[in-house]
Amino acid sequence: MSKYYLNYLDELESEAIYILREVYAQFQNPVILFSGGKDSILVTHLAKKAFYPCKVPFALMHVDTGHNFPETIQFRDDLIESLGARLIVGSVQESIDKGRVQEEKGKNATRNALQITTLLDAIEENKVDCAIGGGRRDEEKARAKERFFSHRDDFGQWDPKNQRPELWNLLNGKHFEGEHFRAFPISNWTEMDVWNYIKRENIEIPSLYLAHEREVVKRNGSWIPNSEFLKLEEHEEIVTKKIRFRTLGDITITGGIESDADTLEKVALEVSTMRQTERGNRSDDKRSETAMEDRKREGYF
Amino acid sequence: MQIDKNQLLRFTTAGSVDDGKSTLIGRLLYDSKSIFEDQIEAVENSSKKKGHEGVDLAMFTDGLKDEREQGITIDVAYRYFTTPKRKFIIADTPGHIQYTRNMVTGASTANAAIILIDARHGVIEQTKRHTFIASLLQIPHIIVCINKMDLIDYSEEVYNDIVSQFEEFSSKLLIKDVRYIPISALLGDNVVNRSENMKWYQGSPLLYELETLHISSDINKIDARFPVQTVLRPQREGFIDFRGYAGRVASGIFRPKDEVTILPSGFTSTIKGIHTEDGDLEEAFAPMSVAITLEDDIDISRGDMIVKTNNQPEPKQDIDAMLCWLNTDEAKPRAKYTIMHTSNEQRAMIKEVVYKIDINTYTRNTEDKSLKMNDISRVKLRTTKPLMTDDYRENRNTGSIILIDESTNETVAAGMIL
Repeated sequence: MSKYYLNYLDELESEAIYILREVYAQFQNPVILFSGGKDSILVTHLAKKAFYPCKVPFALMHVDTGHNFPETIQFRDDLIESLGARLIVGSVQESIDKGRVQEEKGKNATRNALQITTLLDAIEENKVDCAIGGGRRDEEKARAKERFFSHRDDFGQWDPKNQRPELWNLLNGKHFEGEHFRAFPISNWTEMDVWNYIKRENIEIPSLYLAHEREVVKRNGSWIPNSEFLKLEEHEEIVTKKIRFRTLGDITITGGIESDADTLEKVALEVSTMRQTERGNRSDDKRSETAMEDRKREGYF
Repeated sequence: MQIDKNQLLRFTTAGSVDDGKSTLIGRLLYDSKSIFEDQIEAVENSSKKKGHEGVDLAMFTDGLKDEREQGITIDVAYRYFTTPKRKFIIADTPGHIQYTRNMVTGASTANAAIILIDARHGVIEQTKRHTFIASLLQIPHIIVCINKMDLIDYSEEVYNDIVSQFEEFSSKLLIKDVRYIPISALLGDNVVNRSENMKWYQGSPLLYELETLHISSDINKIDARFPVQTVLRPQREGFIDFRGYAGRVASGIFRPKDEVTILPSGFTSTIKGIHTEDGDLEEAFAPMSVAITLEDDIDISRGDMIVKTNNQPEPKQDIDAMLCWLNTDEAKPRAKYTIMHTSNEQRAMIKEVVYKIDINTYTRNTEDKSLKMNDISRVKLRTTKPLMTDDYRENRNTGSIILIDESTNETVAAGMIL
């Protein structure tokens, strides 16, 4: 006798596939925002499932800060080749060169906020009407109120107080020219769900997520990887540690954690015992209590 | 944790800060160890800034900047927690009358509703409002939590009194399953752990109820409905003639060889296969996302519905519905709107407002024909082409609609087909 209910991972998968198909049906030129992180890899994997046996019908858009982990770029290029998909790169360096944005100054300068302009420029240049992201509501308090289909005005801005109500499974993607949408198919997944699913589906992810030896420096309680962009402070010392990353952002701001979890099984187990949120090692979120909401209003991911 | 068996339960909590709603959610998250240390630290810091002592559980559910500044919730926020038995999604909605639309939104996908009653005040207008919306949206299970029992000395008498008050007014409504739990969210009585202070209560704590509610029968398994979202035509080697109809099963069960009818065209065919990337399936049921292929070459596109030939929905152009108005702009008389129903989209006109419901007293107002924000009214709609509908009571997925204002593109109303 077979059962007539889905387990929660299957239900989350089915929901995400439904949303991706709605994006395809309701928009002219949707793209997947691809960062090389596990969440955007997951969204891409779900898109493969949603349209099988067709190819993924979305281009992948990468906002390249120039401060990447080399592993991420390699992973991105391999994935693009295996999907046969188109890659669109928005370059922060180009935005700087063109004078669209200015590099931050000071000790903790990053290119994190600069991405907003590059992203919005790339969306406009490529006439993208829906950018699919791997944002999850459990990540951050401002994201807890996101819709599956999230409207952006013609300045690319999010107005959290004036969102369209989203009822049942009826998604309203109607928009005027120049406006665009962000779609979040994995809104209802938690970090644990993502790992359990990656493990179950055996999805390939960058080796950075698994424990490995790396040169790092302790900063604000996190292990920041050594790279050509790192400016050592006095008293700071480069050491080699066995670490892994819980999230992947710019190499300049992504802190690793000490870990021995070098397989997907071990990572899933480790995540289930974590007592810190995954973004706790992201210095971009630590700037103020409303750092994420403020960036999102302006058009951040 | 048995991932292959554990289900997802979505529940909504309506109420105001005064009922202890945020405290209850904070308690559930905290006691189920779903709150991380850095979140606790952040709340401790904010609590201190505001001059609170210790951790204010309610602050775990605060979201946007404006809300934290004003101490109110202005939108639906989603929270997550997992226990060894289930994964939970909480749609946390504000309870004040001006937020009816948020409550309706949160209720639309919920398996269960938690209705909070302050034991000191008993059933109040707000309780009736929340219960009405839960019943209107046909939330299958209602759990009434009588909170702040610690403030009335855990009195069984007061509890019984409130239960009978609730039974009395809710007998007018269509509610399938209701249960009652005396709790103290602040102190944790009967939330996650059984209360030591209320030995007279024979039932289970709230979390146990949530973990064991029987929800797999809540989805309609009788009426097979498959709204087509898009058509998959790979036109590549190995799949030259493949023509798959992609969608999510709205209700019922489909199997290969089933005789099906395509609506609205009325053409019939037989299911050839049910496909996913993981392989072909012997059957598909709600809410599975699959692709269906048919034996015959029929012109099918988005908005069409595949149904079993021996069980078909009713094609309707004149639709009676309960409508909740969601927009600050009032409805214009006889105005035309885009209507969305499953994957189908047509235009519709509000032909008549039959009556408006006073959701505090459950009385009908046949005089006031306006449709303003948060109003719930019975209306007659006329669509340009027939919609393949079921009654909302029988089928949430094929019985629900939204209206979109064509001049603003905003979702202005949500409707339940009668």
